Amino acid sequence: MNSTICAISTAMGVGAISIIRISGPDAIKIVNSIFKGKNLLEVDSHTINYGHIVYKEEIIDEVLVSVMRAPKTFTVEDVVEINSHGGPAITKKILEILLLSGCEPAEPGEFTKRAFLNGRIDLTQAEAVQDLVVSESEKSRKMAINGLSGSLSKLIKDIRKEIIDVQANIEVNIDYPEYEEGEKYTKDTLLPRIQNINIMLTNLLDNAQNGKMIKDGITVAILGKPNVGKSSILNAFLEEEKAIVTNIPGTTRDVVEGRFILDGIILNIIDTAGIRETEDVVEKIGVEKSKKASKDADLIIYVISAEDGISVDDSEFIKSNIDKKIIIFINKNDLSDNRLKIDYVNQESIIYGNTISSDGLDALKDKIRDMFNLNELDNSNYTFLSNARQISLIKEASLKINNIIETIDNLPLDVFTIDLKNAYELLGEIIGETYKEDLIDELFSKFCLGK
Amino acid sequence: MYDIIVVGGGHAGCEASSAAAKMGFKTLLVSSNKKNIADMPCNPSIGGTAKGIVVREIDALGGLMGKVADQSHIQIKMLNNAKGPAVRSLRAQADKITYPKIMLETLENTPNLEILEAMVEDLIVEDNTIKGIILNNKEEIYCKALILTTGTYLRSKILVGDKSKEEGPHGEKRSNYLSNNLKRLGFDIQRLKTGTPQRLERSSIDFSVLKEECGDDSYWTFSFDNGPLYDKDKQEKCYIVYTNEKTHQIIRDNLKKSAMYGGYAEGIGPRYCPSIEDKVVRFADKERHQLFLEPESLYYDDIYLQGFSTSMPEDVQEEMVHSLKGLEHAKIKKYAYAIEYDAINPLQLTHSLETKVIKNLFTAGQINGTSGYEEAAGQGIIAGINAGLKLQNKDPLILKRNESYIGVLIDDLVLKGTKEPYRLLTSRAEYRLLLRHDNADLRLREYGFKCGLISKEQKEVLDAKISLIEKVTNYLKENRITLKNLPEDYKNRFNINLTNGLSLFDFIKRPEVKISDLNEYGIIPFKTTSFDVLEQVEFNIKYEGYIKKEEQEAQKLIKMENKQIPNDIDYDKVKNLASEARQKLKQVRPITLAQASRISGVNPVDIGILAIYLKKEYSKNE
Repeated sequence: MNSTICAISTAMGVGAISIIRISGPDAIKIVNSIFKGKNLLEVDSHTINYGHIVYKEEIIDEVLVSVMRAPKTFTVEDVVEINSHGGPAITKKILEILLLSGCEPAEPGEFTKRAFLNGRIDLTQAEAVQDLVVSESEKSRKMAINGLSGSLSKLIKDIRKEIIDVQANIEVNIDYPEYEEGEKYTKDTLLPRIQNINIMLTNLLDNAQNGKMIKDGITVAILGKPNVGKSSILNAFLEEEKAIVTNIPGTTRDVVEGRFILDGIILNIIDTAGIRETEDVVEKIGVEKSKKASKDADLIIYVISAEDGISVDDSEFIKSNIDKKIIIFINKNDLSDNRLKIDYVNQESIIYGNTISSDGLDALKDKIRDMFNLNELDNSNYTFLSNARQISLIKEASLKINNIIETIDNLPLDVFTIDLKNAYELLGEIIGETYKEDLIDELFSKFCLGK
Repeated sequence: MYDIIVVGGGHAGCEASSAAAKMGFKTLLVSSNKKNIADMPCNPSIGGTAKGIVVREIDALGGLMGKVADQSHIQIKMLNNAKGPAVRSLRAQADKITYPKIMLETLENTPNLEILEAMVEDLIVEDNTIKGIILNNKEEIYCKALILTTGTYLRSKILVGDKSKEEGPHGEKRSNYLSNNLKRLGFDIQRLKTGTPQRLERSSIDFSVLKEECGDDSYWTFSFDNGPLYDKDKQEKCYIVYTNEKTHQIIRDNLKKSAMYGGYAEGIGPRYCPSIEDKVVRFADKERHQLFLEPESLYYDDIYLQGFSTSMPEDVQEEMVHSLKGLEHAKIKKYAYAIEYDAINPLQLTHSLETKVIKNLFTAGQINGTSGYEEAAGQGIIAGINAGLKLQNKDPLILKRNESYIGVLIDDLVLKGTKEPYRLLTSRAEYRLLLRHDNADLRLREYGFKCGLISKEQKEVLDAKISLIEKVTNYLKENRITLKNLPEDYKNRFNINLTNGLSLFDFIKRPEVKISDLNEYGIIPFKTTSFDVLEQVEFNIKYEGYIKKEEQEAQKLIKMENKQIPNDIDYDKVKNLASEARQKLKQVRPITLAQASRISGVNPVDIGILAIYLKKEYSKNE
């Protein structure tokens, strides 16, 4: 028999309400013992009940209590949720009372784990719950909900079905070689189907990049020589003073992070020390960090002052990062009407403006939208792979399928089935249909407390 | 008093009794009719996909089937030759007179083995241990271990249309009491069904309009111990026939008269070997179905109509057969029939094929729910060996899934059970690049030697082969090939492009390079080396990457196989198991986590839960 567990499900802090969730065979009995109001043992399932939490004859809080009986609950067990009036002290007090009354504290991820183990959700859904809990933007929330409803599982299942279908046809040919039953599989008929599977996987991977973007956001590095106005641009984005802005070159020594949301996608902006060969030791650290930041960034905004023009340092940096997503922002066009041209950069990637009158900032935002297809994302459904485990499994599966395509001319039929089978199993791991040792343990230890 | 008694002289019983006797045990084979020993009541062939590899495995272990087939077939061919080394498999048309005759002679000349013609009615069991058998004349015969290989004879019923007869194949007497007595002793008895098609008179068939199927132009043998014993140019022919719209119409019009569709049969038939009415109903959009005409023997003129198995009444069968091109005037010598019989639930067996219900009682073959001569023989030799090992107080021989098809077969049976007659397919094996036709001796002969079925001389031949493989491989690794030392005609013939020199080993990896060609052109000095050895070396080189992959996968399995489940485990205490999984685990009681993972109804999540439970509960004691 399972224990009855409880945990605070809302983020700790001063909110309007806090929810404490209790799940397990004694959930209703335990809460009823500290609840003054209707007899919770007798109320209908899925009802909300008004009353008070009372402990040792002291009224602790005025609460609403939701009673949900098994099996139609998240964990497939009896679940009670106490909506309290918030405040960390009161919420913690109620939790303490529950623990004294027979509940056990939930381990990290235990509610989700029970939901998974009781067959309520599959592995991708379990992961989606985790994502939902930590989601910060509207898009990542939508994506998590889609994961929760199983649309990712469905996509994976579709690909698996296609693989098993191809495999079944090969097997019929092998096991019944003299019969004309089943499609005769030759390399010519096999290849298009394998390529189709590859396309399905590639699409999923492309979407995975989007999924990662929705979940983790886009990392933007603002780079450029000292005092060209990098921090001003950051501030214009954030519309608040985050970095110290002075006209003394080299003031910003730390890589300062700021975040803002563009069309529902989080932009993580890294402000950096200006790029300049420098002897100043403290500043040198900042320069190293800038170079590193440019490596990690999904997008580089390279700032050049219209007054100063393009230096050798600027050219060198731009040339060495030409393969990355890069926007050149020619700043301070209020001080100089020098419309600089850079012949090795696509003119569309050059934006002119200044931070004093905010000229060019909208063009900059449009350019970012354009580069990351943010407009299209808005209309697509949010069925994306969203974590490293899923992505690496898809990549491995894709590798197996590619292997077949590469060797199809030289190796016999029976050998392909090895790669096909592997790909099938790797995809099964994503949705938990293939057992892999310690996977479940590992996964649930990562889940946050509460949900 | 015998050490081991085997009841039933079919393919399982022959291998079981031979193995037991070869291990030195005083063995008795009881058969209701000596004439039916090693009988082939269904198709006249030995081998086929996966099955042919089983025959090789039986031979590697020291069994009989391969050697007898080599002496008695009238056509032989290698299936799937072009589909890759992993799925190649031999199939022979065995002569239905010669095969049983040679098998009987072999058994009669086996020391320690006696054969008795009798019908067994009951078992003598004391303290849950087998003590002997009771014949239908009430005579009691005692033994230390018993192997039941009763085939389809338990309460068998022959069905032709709405008529049925309570008898075994060829009108033989069925065993009326044994299955009820097994039930009384605690076995779950299930009813299975299989069928066999018509036999036609050779002279009444117009072969001139049919497509021929000939034997291979190269020589093959099932056995590792003998060379070819036939003339490849004097093989019998098979022929291909197709059904047509008229045939299908006759079947559709008469469907209600078929025993299966008319509701006269209760047994469950095999999906992979459906009756022709099944095929027509389930694949309604197919315009034709392929059938084969196979000669049964050189000594009588019956032709077996493979693929036309049916339980239609005789008059409809006449119409059906005569609708086929070339068979318009065919004379049916024996009508197709379905046969229903009792089998035990294989979940009641351990991997050694000893029953969980009664100690020292083993079962093999169709009684365990399988179908096919080869599947039966494969179980037979394992049951024979394990009965012997049990009496020697030794650990049983349990072949792993990565070692043999026989291992796959038994593992599937005892963990998954079966609701229909079980047929081995290559797709049932996870590691088929390891389970090849060509390496069965390398995989299994050592086991046969350890059990006493393989002689010292045979073992020496194996050891020599292994060291020769190594020698050739090393030579290929150590010697390089350059454009200069390639003969001109070789280069021209194979369009070899070689700019830099490379090792012979790497050269052979190229798809167009064949080790036999290199030998023929004198590029490598192994002219006298046997084909077997060179073939091994070539496969190992060409498929090196894939073989390694499968070996790695197999290692993972072995790791899981090593995760023991203590036999005192109480599955009711394992929280969160799905109820079906819990019930199956309680029924099967797997010994390892890997076995548990293969039980149907036990899902990966359940295995995860079980693994966590084992870790928590039992790791303290480690």
